[in-house]
Amino acid sequence: MSTATAHADHHLKETFISKYVFSMDHKMISKQFLITGIIMGVIGMGMSIAFRLQLAWPDTSFPILEWLFGRWAPDGKLDPGFYMGLVTIHGTIMVFYVLTAGLSGTFANLLIPLQCGARDMASPFMNMLSYWFFFLSSVVLLSSVFVETGPASGGWTIYPPLSALPKAMAGSGAGMTLWLVAIILFIASSLLGGINYISTVLNMRTKGMTMTRLPLTIWALFLTAVLGLLSFPVLLGGGLLLMFDRGFGTSFYLSDIWLNGAGALEHTGGSPILFQHLFWFLGHPEVYIIIMPALGITSEVIAVNARKPIFGYTAMVISLLGIAFLSFIVWGHHMFITGMNPMLGTAFLITTLIIAVPSAVKTFNYLATLWRGNIRFTNGMMFAIGLVSMFISGGLTGIFLGNATLDIQLHDTYFVVAHFHIVMGSAAIFGMMAGIYHWYPKMFGRLMNKPLGYLHFWMTFISAYLVFFPMHFMGLAGVPRRYYSFTLLPEYGVWMDVNVLITSAAILGGIAQLIFLYNFFSSIWFGKKSSENPWQATTLEWTTPVEHIHGNWPGEIPTVHRWAYDYSKPGYEEDFIMQTTPDDGQEEQLFETETSPSAPDKKDVPEGETVMFWALIKKWFGSARA
Amino acid sequence: MTAEIHKESSSKTNPKLFNVWLLNIGIVMLFAGLTSAYIVRRADGNWLDFELPSMFLYSTIIVLLSSVSLYYALRSAKQDELGGVKLGLILTIGFALAFCVTQYLGWQAMLDQGLYFVNNQSEGEKVSASFVFAISALHLLHIVGGIIFLLVTAVKAFNLEVHKKNTNLIVMCNTYWHFIGLLWVYLYLFFYFAPGF
Repeated sequence: MSTATAHADHHLKETFISKYVFSMDHKMISKQFLITGIIMGVIGMGMSIAFRLQLAWPDTSFPILEWLFGRWAPDGKLDPGFYMGLVTIHGTIMVFYVLTAGLSGTFANLLIPLQCGARDMASPFMNMLSYWFFFLSSVVLLSSVFVETGPASGGWTIYPPLSALPKAMAGSGAGMTLWLVAIILFIASSLLGGINYISTVLNMRTKGMTMTRLPLTIWALFLTAVLGLLSFPVLLGGGLLLMFDRGFGTSFYLSDIWLNGAGALEHTGGSPILFQHLFWFLGHPEVYIIIMPALGITSEVIAVNARKPIFGYTAMVISLLGIAFLSFIVWGHHMFITGMNPMLGTAFLITTLIIAVPSAVKTFNYLATLWRGNIRFTNGMMFAIGLVSMFISGGLTGIFLGNATLDIQLHDTYFVVAHFHIVMGSAAIFGMMAGIYHWYPKMFGRLMNKPLGYLHFWMTFISAYLVFFPMHFMGLAGVPRRYYSFTLLPEYGVWMDVNVLITSAAILGGIAQLIFLYNFFSSIWFGKKSSENPWQATTLEWTTPVEHIHGNWPGEIPTVHRWAYDYSKPGYEEDFIMQTTPDDGQEEQLFETETSPSAPDKKDVPEGETVMFWALIKKWFGSARA
Repeated sequence: MTAEIHKESSSKTNPKLFNVWLLNIGIVMLFAGLTSAYIVRRADGNWLDFELPSMFLYSTIIVLLSSVSLYYALRSAKQDELGGVKLGLILTIGFALAFCVTQYLGWQAMLDQGLYFVNNQSEGEKVSASFVFAISALHLLHIVGGIIFLLVTAVKAFNLEVHKKNTNLIVMCNTYWHFIGLLWVYLYLFFYFAPGF
C-alpha cells in the first residue's frame, strides 16, 4: 500500500473527536488556532472598547457595562481597579493569545508542511498538545476575570512588586496567580509548537526544496520559532522566581517594602529591576515574534498579487536574520528610566537604532516589488499594503523611542502606546488579515466575499489611524498611559475631544471586525467555491487538492525545481511558474548573457507590465559596466 | 501514521531526535537566564558568598557515572547485546536516584549552615542561597523527567524492543540524559567558582 493510500485510509477511519477536537492534522490544528485566536481577539478588542468608553466619557453611565461586568461596573461606570484589570488582560490577550498564538499558530501550522512539502509536522502529537496547552491557557486567563478580587491589573508586563505581593492590591491576588499559571501553560504551548516548526523546516522539506527556495513566509515562521525557543524559557525562569516570591516568601524581586495596612514586610534583599531584565529578554524578541510572521505573509501576498518576483529575496532573508539576531541585544531600551548606567544605555540605544536598517531593507523591498507590478487589489493584497503603511509610520516613531534622551521624556506616555499599537499591533493584525484572506481558500475551500473584504479593510485602516495617530500628540504633551480618568487634572482636559474621537474610531474599528466575522463564518458554508489555485501562485500549497486529506498530497509529494517567486518570467505564456515545474535553465541564461533574447531590455518593458528588477540591475550595473 | 510521514522526509536526521536537541536548547536558555539573574543580582551587592556543600560534588561524580552507564547501554544496543542494554539502563536509573538523594543531602547541609530557601528578614544577603535552592531544584525537575524517560526506555528494553535495528529511543534518551548531566556539571562549576569572581 502506498503512503498516500495509507493516509487516505487513515483519513476515512477518523472519528469526529479525532478529526475536529484532538486532531493531529496540521491543517485542522491551524484552524483551531485561528478560531481560538479570533475569539480571544474579539474579547480583547471588546475590553479595549470598554475602557475607551471610560476615557472618552468618564462621567457618563453605560448600562451595557454593568450588564457585561456586573459589580465591576456599578451604575454603568467601570470600577477603577477593574479598569486596570481590563487594560492588563487586553494587553496580555492581544500580545500573546492573538498575535503570537493566533498568528504564528495558525500560519505556521497551515503553511510549514504545505509550503515545505511535508505530509505533516515532525511530531503531530506534540502539535496537538501545543494547541491544547494554548486552549487551556486561554481558559485559565479568562477565568481570572471571574475571581472575587478581579483579574491581574498591574499591566501586561507584570512588574514586581505589584505582581509579587498578593496583598499589594486587589488585582495582585488570585487574578495574578491565574495570570502566571496561564502564561506558563502558554509558554509550554509555544515551545511544543516552536520545536516542531523548526524541526519540520529543517528536516522534512521535499526533494529540491533547498533553504534558498523556501518562500519567505517559511523563513519568517522558522525564525519566529527560533526566537520563541530562545526567549520564552527565560521568561519562564523569571516567572518561576516570581511565583516563588508570591507563594513561598522568597525575595528574588522584593526588598524592604512597607505595605499600607501590613507594615514592613518580611522580604528583603531582592531586586525588582532583575525581573525587568528577565521579562524584557523575552519581551523584546516577542515584538518580533509577533511581527515577523506578518512580514513573511506580506512578502508572499505582495509578490503573488504584484505578479512579480519578490524584490531582493536574499536581502529579505538576511534582514530577517539580522532582525532576529538584533532582537536579543536591545531589551534594555525598555528600561532606560531604571537608572541604568548611561554607557549601557548607549549600547542599547545603538543596537536599537541598528534594527532600523534591516527593517528599512524590508520596507524598500516591498515598495520595489510593488513598483510597476501588475497589481491585483485582492482583499489580501489590500491588507498587505496596509501592513507596509503601518510598518513605516510605526517604525519611524520607534527611532524616537530608541533614543534614550527622548525616551526618558516619552516613557509611559501615550506616545509609546501609539508607537507599539501601530508598528506591532495594527501592522501584525493587517498581516494576519492578509494571510486569512489569502489562504482562506486553502483552509476552507471557498472564497471570502470580496466587497465585504474591501469594506472591512477601509474601515479598519481608517479607524486604526484615527485611534492611534492622535495618541502621538497626547504623548508628546506628556499625557501618561494607564490613567483611569483625566478629569482630576485640568491640564489634560484639552485632550477630552481627542479622547472622544479616538473612542469613536475604536467603535468604528469594532464594527469593521463584526463585518469580518460575518464574512469569515458565513463564507465557510456559503462562500464561492474555490479552484485549486485561485490566486495563480507558485508555491506548493496550491498543488494540493481543495478537499483536505491527511497527508496533503494524494500521490507522491511533488519535487521542487525552482524558487517560489517565478512571476511574469519572460518567455513563458503564463505569468507564474509553479515551483514544481522543471527549470529549463532560462534564468541562468538571463543572468549570464547580455544578448539573451529572453532578457528584458530597459526600452522593451511595456508600461504596466512586470519587471525583473534584479535582472535589470545586474544588466545595468553588473556585467554591462565591466 | 507518524512513522510513514518520517519515511518520506528528505533529511536523514530523525525529527524526534532533532526535537530533543531543540528541547535541550530551550533548557539551556532557561538556565542561562537564571544564572545570568544570579550574576546580575550578585553585582548589586548585599550578597552572601558561601561554600557549596561537598555533597554537591558527589552529585557531580554520580551524574558523570550515570552518563558512562547509559552510554554502555547504547553501545550494547548497537551491538545487539540485550543483556548489556538492560544492565546499563538499570545502573543509570540507580545512579539517577542516587543523584536525587545527594541533592537532598546537599540541601540539608545548606540548611545546617543556616542557609534557607526563604530567609529571615534582615538577612537579604542570603538571597544567594535562595538562588542555589531554586536553580538546583529546577534542575532536579529535569532529572525527574529524565528518570521517567529512562524508565520508559527500560520497559521497552525488557520487552526486547531496544536492539540494533531499533535504537531511536535509546539514542534520544542518551541525548537528553547526557545533556542534563552536563548541565549539572555546568551549574556545579558555576556555583563553585562564581563567589571567586
